This record gives sequence, C-alpha cells and structure tokens, in this order.
Amino acid sequence: MSDNGNQAPSVRSGGAKATGSAVAENVSTVHTDPAAIDEMVSAASHEHVGSGSDGAVEGFRQGRTLPLRVELARQLRRRRTQLLLGFLVLLPFILWAAFEFGTSGNARRSGGFVDLATASAPNFVVFVLFAAGSFLLPMIVALFFGDTIASEASWSSLKYLLAMPIPRGRLLRQKAVTSGLLSLLALVLLPAVALLVGVIFYGAGEAVSPTGDAIAFSDSLLAMVFAVAYIAVNLLWVAGLALLLSVATDAPLGAVGGAVLVSILSQILDQITALEGIRDYLPTHFAFAWSDLISTDIDWSNMAKGAFSAVTFAAVFGLLAARRFRTKDITS
Amino acid sequence: MPSIPRPRPRQIATALVVVAVAAGGLVWLNAGDEPPPVTTRDAFLTLQSGPDRTEPVRVDTTLYLPETTPAPAVLVAHGFGGSKESVDSDARELAQRGFVALAWSARGFGRSEGQIALNDPDYEVNDARALVDWLATLPEVTKDGPDDPKVGVTGGSYGGALSLLLAGSDKRVDALAPVITYNDLGQALLPNSAGTSQVARTAAANPYSADGVFKRSWAGIFFAAGMGAAGLADPTGDATEPGTEDDASNSATAGVAVPEPSGGSGGRQPQSGSADPCGRFTAAVCKAYAQVATTGRADQATVDLLRRVSPVSVTGKVTQPTMIVQGEQDTLFGLDQADATARQVSAAGAPVKVVWYTGGHDGGKPGPELRGEIADWFDFHLRGQGTDPGTGFEYAVQGALRAQGAPSVRTVSTGSYPGLGDSAVAERRELALSGQEQTVVNPPGGNPASISSMPGLGSVLGSSSRLAGRIAIDLPGQAARFRSEPMTGQLLIAGASTVGLRVASATGGAPDGAVLFAKLYDVGPDGVRTLPGSAISALRTPPLPADGSAVEFSVSLPAIVRPVEADHRVELVVSTTDQAYATPVEAAAYRIALAPGAELAVPVVTGSRSSSAPPAGPLIGIGVVLGVVVLAVVWGLLRRRREDDVDASLADVPLVIDGLSKSYPGGLKAVNTLSFRVESGQVLGLLGPNGAGKTTTLRMLMGLIQPTEGSIRVFGHRIHPGAPVLSRIGSFVEGAGFLPHLSGRANLELYWAATGRPREHAHFAEALEIAGLGTAVERKVRTYSQGMRQRLAIAQAMLGFPDLMVLDEPTNGLDPPQIHQMREVLRRYAATGRTVVVSSHLLAEVEQACDHVVVMHKGRLVASGAVDDIVAGGGEATFRVDDPAAAEAALRAVGGVRDVVVEGSLVHADLDGLPRSTALAALVTAGVAVEQAGPRRRLEDAFLQLVGEESSA
Repeated sequence: MSDNGNQAPSVRSGGAKATGSAVAENVSTVHTDPAAIDEMVSAASHEHVGSGSDGAVEGFRQGRTLPLRVELARQLRRRRTQLLLGFLVLLPFILWAAFEFGTSGNARRSGGFVDLATASAPNFVVFVLFAAGSFLLPMIVALFFGDTIASEASWSSLKYLLAMPIPRGRLLRQKAVTSGLLSLLALVLLPAVALLVGVIFYGAGEAVSPTGDAIAFSDSLLAMVFAVAYIAVNLLWVAGLALLLSVATDAPLGAVGGAVLVSILSQILDQITALEGIRDYLPTHFAFAWSDLISTDIDWSNMAKGAFSAVTFAAVFGLLAARRFRTKDITS
Repeated sequence: MPSIPRPRPRQIATALVVVAVAAGGLVWLNAGDEPPPVTTRDAFLTLQSGPDRTEPVRVDTTLYLPETTPAPAVLVAHGFGGSKESVDSDARELAQRGFVALAWSARGFGRSEGQIALNDPDYEVNDARALVDWLATLPEVTKDGPDDPKVGVTGGSYGGALSLLLAGSDKRVDALAPVITYNDLGQALLPNSAGTSQVARTAAANPYSADGVFKRSWAGIFFAAGMGAAGLADPTGDATEPGTEDDASNSATAGVAVPEPSGGSGGRQPQSGSADPCGRFTAAVCKAYAQVATTGRADQATVDLLRRVSPVSVTGKVTQPTMIVQGEQDTLFGLDQADATARQVSAAGAPVKVVWYTGGHDGGKPGPELRGEIADWFDFHLRGQGTDPGTGFEYAVQGALRAQGAPSVRTVSTGSYPGLGDSAVAERRELALSGQEQTVVNPPGGNPASISSMPGLGSVLGSSSRLAGRIAIDLPGQAARFRSEPMTGQLLIAGASTVGLRVASATGGAPDGAVLFAKLYDVGPDGVRTLPGSAISALRTPPLPADGSAVEFSVSLPAIVRPVEADHRVELVVSTTDQAYATPVEAAAYRIALAPGAELAVPVVTGSRSSSAPPAGPLIGIGVVLGVVVLAVVWGLLRRRREDDVDASLADVPLVIDGLSKSYPGGLKAVNTLSFRVESGQVLGLLGPNGAGKTTTLRMLMGLIQPTEGSIRVFGHRIHPGAPVLSRIGSFVEGAGFLPHLSGRANLELYWAATGRPREHAHFAEALEIAGLGTAVERKVRTYSQGMRQRLAIAQAMLGFPDLMVLDEPTNGLDPPQIHQMREVLRRYAATGRTVVVSSHLLAEVEQACDHVVVMHKGRLVASGAVDDIVAGGGEATFRVDDPAAAEAALRAVGGVRDVVVEGSLVHADLDGLPRSTALAALVTAGVAVEQAGPRRRLEDAFLQLVGEESSA
C-alpha cells in the first residue's frame, strides 16, 4: 500500500468524482460519492431494527426465506432455462419436418415406425415421448436438479444464500421443488406442443399402440395426462441422483453429466437380456411402462413397479443428499 | 480445500455393508429361479396294441420324474416327423412343475417300431392306452383307482390329435390340452369353405363342406415327414408372447432353426436306400395319399379313412376338461379346426378353454407363458392346485404397427368362447364391400398361380420380418377384388368373416363346381396390402350351370386375428389359383360378384386385456418409502430445534470466539484454539498472511463450515448452520457471488427477496450509492470487472444495515482512491453503533481502516488489541539516518527521550510525548542526515517477520 498520507488520495478522489458522472460506464471511474456515505450514515443511524428471541433480526423468518417465486425467477431468467424450454417447443416441429421431408414415397415402410408416429396426433405425442424418453427427458431432469446447488456453488452465491441464513434443509427443499416444477413444466410442454403439432398435421384420430390396440382421441388425452404423470414419477430417481451429485460437487457439469451417465449405464445394462430378473432393479427398466396406457384396458402393474422403483431410488438419493448437505462444509 | 472430502473409514464400512446387504437381497430374491431337479428313465416298452390289443409293438419311451412322487402323470405326444426327443424340453418343464411326464416316440417315428397309421384308433391310440395301463403300474404316479392313474395328455399337432383321440376313447384320461391340431384331417387337407347353409354360431366356424380342394404343399410336406424328412412339418421356435422382447435367445422372431432331415439325434436313419414309396406309412395311409395326390380329389375311402383317424370321430365322447390351443399363424390347421373341436367337445359336456396364440405351423410353438398356462391347466384339473383356469377364451393380438424393440403382442380375454354352449353368439359386424362383377380366368394347367403362403417356411419368413403377410401375390386376370371404405376407427377382426358370393361360369359351365380361393387383405392408406396370417379359404362352388347363370353361396373367409387400423380398408380377393393347392388344370373363366345385399360379416370378440394381479405390492412399497422419508424429515427438524443455544450475558456483544479450532482430514489445522472478542462499534481488523486461517474463521462465523472445537457467539447466540442470528450479519467472504446472467440491481433485489425480509428494510438506494456503479448497475454482472463485483458485493453485505458486517479482504481489486473511500465507509458505518470485522493480509490496510486488530498466524492468535496500542507502540519513533551513532547521541541529548535503540541504519526512540518534529530538528541540528522519520512499527516488524517465515518456508 503506497498511500501513507491522507491528503493526496482525497484530492484524487475529488478528481475522479468530476469525471465519474460523465462516463459512469467506465470501470475506472466507478466511485462512491462522499455524499452517498453521508446518506448511508444518516439512514443507518436512524434505522435500528430490533431482534427476536431466536436472535433473528426483526422481519426475518426462516420459513419465509427463498420463496418459490424468487427461486423460480432466479432460474427462469437464466438463458439456459429459456433455451431449453424453447427447444422443447421446437422439437415436435423438427420431428414433423423430419417425417415430412425425410421420407419420400418409396422409403415409407407401411406398418413401420414412421406410420405409427404419424398415424394421429396422440400417436405423434407417444412417438415424441418415446424418442425423448431414453435420453432427453432424463437429461432435462438431471439438468434442473443437478445444476441447482452446484451452479450456486460455482457462482459462489451459495454461501450468501446460506448466510442469509436460509436453513440448509429449506434451501435444498426449495431448490428441489423449483427444479421439480421446471422439470414438470418441460415434461408437460413437450407433449402439449407435440399434441398441437399432431392435431394440426395428423389430425385428432385414434391412438394406436404397437400391440394393435386403438383408443379414442378423448381417451388418449387422458392417457397422455397419466403418461406425463408417470414419466414425472419415474424420473424422480434421476432427480434424486442429480440432487445428490449437485450437493456433492461444486461443478454443475459433473452433477448433470454424472446423473445422465448413470441413466445411460442403466439403459445399456437393461439391454443385456442375460441379466434377466436383475434388470428389474435397474432404475430405467420401467421407463417406458407408460406405453401400457395406450390400451383399451390398462395394465397398471408395470407402472406401479416403475413408480415404486423410482420412488425408492429417489428417497435413498434424496435422503443422502439432505444428509450430505446438512453437514457439508461450504468452501466454494 | 478439497470439495469432496476423503471418505472416512466409517463411511467406507457403511457403504460396504449396504452393498453387501443389497447383493445378498438380490441373490435371495432370485434364488427361487433354480429349477427343481428332474430324473429321467429311458425304456423300450413292448405294448399290446392293434385292433384286439394282441399285436406287440416296441415303443421308445422316456419317463421324467419330478422331485416329489407320487404325482399325476402327463403324456406328452410329439408332432408329425418328430420323436420323443422333440418334446424333451416340454416334458422336462412339466416334470419341473411336479408332474410325472411320459414322452414316447409314436409308432413309425424315432426308434419305435411299427408303421404310421396316422393316429388310427386301433394303433396309435391303443398304444397310448397301453401307456396309460403302464403308468397305472408305476408307484410314482397317483391313482384314481386300480388301473386308473391320474393322467393328463397334451401334444402339438399330430400329438394334439392323439390327445383328443385318447381322451375320447379312454375315460381314465382326466384332462387334456391339444395344441395346434386338427379336428378333421379331411377338412384340413381338403378344405371347402363354401356353404349354402347357415354356419355355426362361433367366431371361427367354417362350414366344412364336402369335396374340398387338396392342400397339396402341406400334404406333401407331411407325407415326406413320414418318409423321414422331418423338419418343416413342425414349428420349432417359440411364438411371440405379450412382453416378449426382441431377444435373439428365445423367440422365433430371430429366425427358426430348421432341423436336419433325419430328425435329430433320436431320429432313425433316413431310408435313403429304400425303394418303398410308402416309407413307414401303413399301406392304407399310403394308398389314400397316393389317391389324393394324383387326382387332387378324395374318394370316399380316403374321406372315411381321414375321418376315422381324426379327433372328429371321438370328440362327441370327450368329457374331460379340454384346453384347446391353436395358432393364428397356421395355414395347415387353422383356427377353424380348433373352433370345430371346441364346439364338438363342448357339446359333449366337457369344460373347454380356448386359446389362440401368435404362433402355429407358420409361427412357432407356444412360448413359456402359454406353456405355463397349460401346466396350470393340469395343475388344477389333475390335482386341484392353483386357481381355476376357467372355461374362457383368450386370443393374442399382434399389432399391425410396430415400434422398434417394443413388445407388440397383447392378449384379449373374455369369459367364454363366443357361441359355445349357453354363451352368446359371436358378434359379427356388417361391413359393406363394393366392386363390380369381375371375370377371372383359371389358366391352363393352373399355372402361374397366386402365392399366399410358404408352407413349412412360414415360420422362417413369418416372424423375423413382417414379410409373411406380404409375400401374397395375386395374378392379374385371376383375381376379383372387392373393397370396403376406409375404416373410421380400428376394427379388430377375431375369427372367420363370412360373405355371400355370386359366381357364374363364362366358359360353358362347371359341373364339378369352380375352385376358388377367398382371402381378406388389410390395405393400408398407402396401398400396402397385408394378408393376415397368410391365410386363405379354399372353396369349391356348387355346380355352375352351363347357361352362364349365377349361383349364390356363402363363403367363410379364413379365421384370423387382425387389427385393421383407421384409414385402412379391407379387401376381399377371390382368385382362381394358389400355389399351395391342387387346382384344376382345365382353363376356365368365371364371373364373380358379391351376392346382392351381402355384406362382409366380420366377427368381433370384445374382451378385457389379460392383466396380472392388481399391483398392490408396489403401492404398499411406495407408501412405506414415503413414510420413511416423512420420518427422516421429522427427525431432522427435531434435531435442528435442539441446536438453539443462547448466552444472555453476551446479548450485546457482537462477536465472541472461544477456543475455536478447525482441522481438516489429513491433520491440517486451519484454525487452532482461537479466542477473541469484538465489542460494539469497533472496526476490527483480522490480520494475517495468506493461509493464516482468517477466511476459515470467517466462514465458521457464517455457519458455512462446522468448527471442530470451540464456539462462536454472535449477540449471545451460538452459531450453527442456518442459525437465525446470522440474519444480523452482513457478509462478504472470499469473492462476490452473483448470478452472472442478471444485472447488478436484479442480483441485489433477488438477494433481498430471498431473505424474505420486508423490502423497506433493505435500503437499496443507499447501498447502491455506496457501490457507486452508476448506470452499470443495470448491466449483467458477467460484464463486470473484479472491482465492480467487489463493490456490489460490499453493497450487498450492507443491505438492511446489519449489526455486524463481516468483510473478507474488501479492498482486493480496488484502486487506491476506491480503497480510501472504502475505509471511510467502514469507519463511518461503525460509528452508527454497528460493528465491522475486516480481514486483510496487509498491515497498512488494517492500520488505516481499523481501530482494533487481531493478528493470526498459522491458525493461532498472535496479538490482539487496539490498533493504536499495537501499531504506534506508545509514541515510539523511528529515524533512518546516515550516522546512527551520532543520531543516538543527539536524541539522548533531547530531554524526555528514552530507550534509544540502534538497528542498522535505523534509530528507534521513545519520544514520550515529544513531537517528532522536535526530535527531527535536534537531529538536523546535530548534523545527522535524516532520510526518513516516522512512528516505530513494532507490529510491522513482527508481521514482516511472520510473512518472511512464511515465504521462506
């Protein structure tokens, strides 16, 4: 530190002030007006807020910290969130375009995948959910849940949230609920747009399942609502794992990527039929059980198993995440 | 500091236990998969058979014994061209289910002796009765009475027919399950689907009119199988079942292995050198085949023979519970054969269950699930175990559209086979067809012919691709077509549709009737035609008058299961030729039209999808898991309650740190028994070189890090993570933490909103003024320089005017004028009665900004007290001079100066209240050149020493 005296710096400070208001954007001229300090002091000396018996300053209640709308605003204003939701709106159109321009008359195989997808609006939705189900949807959930704590850690803002203080359990809960709402929004948005695209281009016809079952359009709407609800429940395990990784690491990419990797690994293992019954314990084994809904007479057993599996994994991961976060030293 | 601490041994142990328990659980859950052991006994039995049961025949048998005996027995008969080896796996499976299974090579097959009489009641059936006699002598078999064992019988195709024939002639049989078999061999090989009378009430009924069309290819394949060329006559792979995945190991979808012509290891050597054209057939069978094959028509003797050896001859006497399994991919013994058997057996009073599955002679054998169902049937009817399989009807539906890799079969079940006994007549929907009268030609020699199926190869083609239904070719000029309108919704055809036709001869009459083939296509909106099940109905019309007048009759189309999707049409095609059949060689032409007012009557069987038991287990599991989560949350809340700890005597003291220590794994002690106290209104400097433990201390103060020992109290409240008293602290520790995608103002506003405190408590305006960012406050934080972030962060710490403000290295990254302002801000902030704690590694910083100081080094407290006391050292001064000795003398001469110490070119003196200028004047007067004069800095000496140590270490 070179300035020993008190005189010279104050003169230089005055000089800075002279140009400061003119070019406020200039970083080097960012300054504090001496008058501002006076204002602050006068405001601060008139303001004396008492404190409660628990030591909290007046007006502070733990239960009111980090309201959901605040956290939602924090997340929704992120470009990443906006781009992702925008992509989900765009995806059905991309798929429609791919079907429309990708299949010239000859290449169209009757009875094949394309026919199934383009048979009707509900079928298009089912196709979109199938196409997105193995990678995109788990990735979205992993992104919202894996990024939520780790990105705060990477921005160094986590410590300020915790020092407000938001109790750690509450922070985790509010973050998880927000991520859940955003994931749900994404899960609803995709089939909703797909339904719209489907109705416009393929008409509001019957839903036809791969097993040759057909259900009416109105019934298929209900089936889709249940399908989205089931997918949401089934992806809870990804949410739990991503949350656990999110509190365990300060790198958002590590948390998101880790959860996606586990999901892919589970799907690969699920392909190995030699594992037989053990595959039932893989978290992704029942990922497509919702397709049972496209049926005149719904068989709920696989969906119940899938929900049980997902809830169990989610509970284990979630409790581990809460336990880890409660005692973790925040060093970011 | 590592972001993921190294796991402690306890955690590793816990993880190992969890993994071990989970693995153990998995092993335990899967332990039940090991099949029970089965022992086998091979034996050649000499059975008394023949019309009077006096003709001995040596039969090759294998007895499969279950783990526990005595048990009911099941006879497992093999298909045509097979041997006891070909049913080995089925018999073994039944033995694993606890039955004594008996497999044998029928006479004329395998190593058994005798000649093939096509399930003649005198021969094959009597053989089987002798086997039942033999079973009655075995102690391993449970008995109904003397010489009456508890016995069931099953078998596929030829063996299925035997099971019906045996049950009809031997009442000791208690239950049976014929699979893909015939009712009447005469109708199977010489079908005629044209009828003038009303057809039966059932869904897949066929009029079975006399004088049919010879099914040449299949008959030939069967005859060849009797000559030793096994293989094509019986399906080998498993049919697709609901839930079957596209999996190469167990499904016919991956291609069917065609056995060697010799029939495998157990087969006898082919009679390659034999000149006998009858092979191992009896003379009667051989003669009948030769008669049909050469003329294409069956004479009365042949018809009588075929009827005698067919189940139809005894079905009126079958009263035992009968489970009839028939394949939907079967151009040899179609669903109509099972339909006829079901009608006849049911009329005789037997409980009947009918199952249509996706296989058949063109598809595959029953899959594991269906085989299990057959075993369940015997379980219930032979020993009363398990739930009643009932007398229902179920059929498998294979989807017309396929998703890759997804299972594409579902099962529809209903309480009873429609039209059987008291149950309602099969529902038929009328579907209008349109099409003008068309003239079709039978080419001379019947060639080229339409193609509908590939007998014997159907299973190879069939399921591996969707080719099976696509190989159908109708030749132009040989086929009349009648189309429906596109479907508005899905139509699930289940059974044999009927339609009325009007046929006239265009070439001078047909006294023997015209041979025609009727088939029903599913035509997609893109024109792709699929022939479901490759099935066609061969028919011979009533005699056509020579005058060209038309004859009206009704036709039963092949029994199929096919979902016809919306926008698809059905197309009725009537052709004159088919490669698989013997057709007339004379050229002819016919005019074919729909009978007036005739509509296609399509059978529909509504039912419910077969589903497993209600999913109670998983739902209970979900409830348990949620309960555990709730308990954990409640326990966590209770634990948090206990953390409150208040010391009322310290309620006005902003900060008391007592014996604080923090160790990290690996022995590093970042903070070591640190104790100090901060009073209200102070600006406290926490001074120490990098790594002294300052930041760690501040993080513990904010509840971010758990202390290993000791405590921190803020206004009397002990700090723990999330302690409410933290709301009285404003902090800036180790860098700003902002959301880079938001502006500075939005960051502060969201920060405050997240505290949940009233907005008016925040004082945004004042805080932003202090930050002094001007219009930059509206820019995204990611565009800020480090200094700007720093200022914004300090403004954030100041929001709400906290009673205790904690700033870690607040002047890093600021330029000198800004640093100066910052000091001013802190000093004046403390003057409002609040407290400021500032950490720094720069002595001058602390000296100028703080009134109190705590010096730390390597986690320990080195010194603490008022800055003036420590820094100024009580009025001591230091002079840098050219002649220290002279200077010392001169200073000592000045009154009141004590303790003059020389240190190199520096002279330290305690001026004891004397102004430094006076001492300076004295030195100058003494002729000493003074380079520098100032207060003595004991603290700096000590501090530099510390830092020096640090850097040299």
